[in-house]
Amino acid sequence: MEHPLVKYLRPGTIPSTFCPGCGCGMVLNCLLRAIEKQGTDPKELIMVTGIGCSSWIPSPMFKCDTLHTTHGRAVAFATGVKLMLPDKKVLIIAGDGDLSGIGGNHLVHAAHRNIDLGVMMVNNRIYGMTGGQCSPTTPSDLYTTTTPYGNLDQPVMVSELMVSAGANYVARWTTYHVRQLTKAMEELMNGEGFRFLEIISQCPTHFEKDSKKSPTEILDMYKENSIPVAEAKEPYDGQLSSKMTVGVLAEKKRDGYIRRLEAVEKKLRAEDNGESKGKGHEGGH
Amino acid sequence: MSLPAYLRKQEGKRLFDLGDIACAWGALYAGCSFYAGYPITPASEIAEFLSKELPRTGGRFIQMEDEIASMAAIIGAAWAGGRSMTATSGPGFSLMQENLGYAIMTETPCVVVNVQRSGPSTGQATKPAQGDMMQARWGTHGDHEMIALCPNSAQESFDLTARAFEIAHALRLPVLVMLDGEVGHLRETFDLKLPMEPLKLPAPPKPSDAPPFGGDPLPPHVLFGEGRYLHVTGSTHKPDGTRDVTTPEVHDQLVRRLARKVEQNRKALKDVEKDIPDRTKTVVMCYGAPSRPAAAAVEAARKDGLKVGYLRLRTVWPFPGDELEGLPSSVETVLVPEMNMGQLSREAERFTDKKVVCASKLGGVCHTMREILSKIKEVS
Repeated sequence: MEHPLVKYLRPGTIPSTFCPGCGCGMVLNCLLRAIEKQGTDPKELIMVTGIGCSSWIPSPMFKCDTLHTTHGRAVAFATGVKLMLPDKKVLIIAGDGDLSGIGGNHLVHAAHRNIDLGVMMVNNRIYGMTGGQCSPTTPSDLYTTTTPYGNLDQPVMVSELMVSAGANYVARWTTYHVRQLTKAMEELMNGEGFRFLEIISQCPTHFEKDSKKSPTEILDMYKENSIPVAEAKEPYDGQLSSKMTVGVLAEKKRDGYIRRLEAVEKKLRAEDNGESKGKGHEGGH
Repeated sequence: MSLPAYLRKQEGKRLFDLGDIACAWGALYAGCSFYAGYPITPASEIAEFLSKELPRTGGRFIQMEDEIASMAAIIGAAWAGGRSMTATSGPGFSLMQENLGYAIMTETPCVVVNVQRSGPSTGQATKPAQGDMMQARWGTHGDHEMIALCPNSAQESFDLTARAFEIAHALRLPVLVMLDGEVGHLRETFDLKLPMEPLKLPAPPKPSDAPPFGGDPLPPHVLFGEGRYLHVTGSTHKPDGTRDVTTPEVHDQLVRRLARKVEQNRKALKDVEKDIPDRTKTVVMCYGAPSRPAAAAVEAARKDGLKVGYLRLRTVWPFPGDELEGLPSSVETVLVPEMNMGQLSREAERFTDKKVVCASKLGGVCHTMREILSKIKEVS
């Protein structure tokens, strides 16, 4: 019997290209369940992705309109898509390197703009596709293929950055928390404004290369090493020694960009139709 | 395409304004419905104007965080059904190059305006130049053809920007409009109307007759939101859009087909203004701002009894090499006044054995008529 969620996938995309034990398959599974639970018609979904392992979740797996873009720019491409098709649900899946490294500028501004997009950042804390180089979220002192003497940087706290940039919804979970992830993904599909979900995810091939932990051991570690954000005594700093704070980090009701834009457009139409006695609008410069 | 009431009301009006503003009006009359951009001299007026006017015509404007994002947004908007445009100058144009290649590879119709200024780098930020002609042709990586139009007046900024939309959507390609700071910032009259006959470009196949990234060479017009489950990728893909980055033939066929879209329409895309009488000895080949003093210099030289011809390129890419190849045998010299160090002179040399001389002008000022006239006399 065919798996009931396979209907959402393009034919021929299973088995996936992910390494054994990769978290991307779990992210895919959660999203399929969220779509099924919501009863979302895939025709109402548009997926936009960047470059990296996690971008291969929607591209080519999901059977919906999909834009597989240049490295780091998915959020900027998606902004154009959303502005021209505001009634569609526009979702982005990309990695930590894509969204917070090369594309960090776009991410911050999209959150600031509160544009109505749902962004899932699969945070494996390393550049997986290119072979395990240090990423913006790699913990300090870690050895990677480009930090042979240990990583000198502090990890970027992307979710916290999104909170301060003004995103309407920010949540962080790990691939251990599959039910919570599914629920958060539903929030991403349905909410207004900019919605951001960080998914801390395992990369057994590169991130755990030295620890030699199995994927299930990594998930157990995520369980042990995470704490609901409300119960945390210390803020999470992205380091290996720090407890991951998980849960909803921000939930605001700020009007989304599209709602604000449509209000302006409605006013202009009223003026142009002579409904308002405001000053005239000559076409000139 | 029917014009929105807001534009219909003003059609035929004569305005006195900047080349930049004429360009923006041309976009509106060509049905531009989406603009994303980032401020930069000398192109900012286009964004300022469209931020005010585009919403009145039912379109949408957004100021992005940089030019990379602007180029990305117009491509996204195009897939969502927008007729999209951005405008910039050299530094921003450099930032757009990667996504410009993405637009070629994904066959995304869009218009990119570059009001060229004096570089390299920040150079003379407020001064005009024509230093991006080769960046336009070869700035993005990989093999590709490029279409670039080059106006020399406010009216042509209007006309050719509108033309760029027509070409972009017919061929599903990005089209460049290469103004220079001189043309963008000059102020003269122009009419709000589309006087042009449509170009003779082939009709695309129906979506039912060809896959979304197939066709020979033109693909069908397909968009997001039509229930086709499109897969759009800048990676090498098969005609159905799915990635195949390892089969040599798939890449070979795709890249050659993309080039063929331009190559097969070379004749329709060609747009030159030509006046080369019998027994011409020197031809002045020009484009953009220097073509204005060049035209006056040719006239003056003829009054002095010199046998001078005039060849102006309105379509610069694809380059009309056949015009150079077909020059009469009487012609000895091709003089090319350019506000750069000879970017199109070098291209001209590829097509003719005649002596090609660049009248190069740097420093952020255009040639004067006298400068070109004395150069004509020098080479004649």
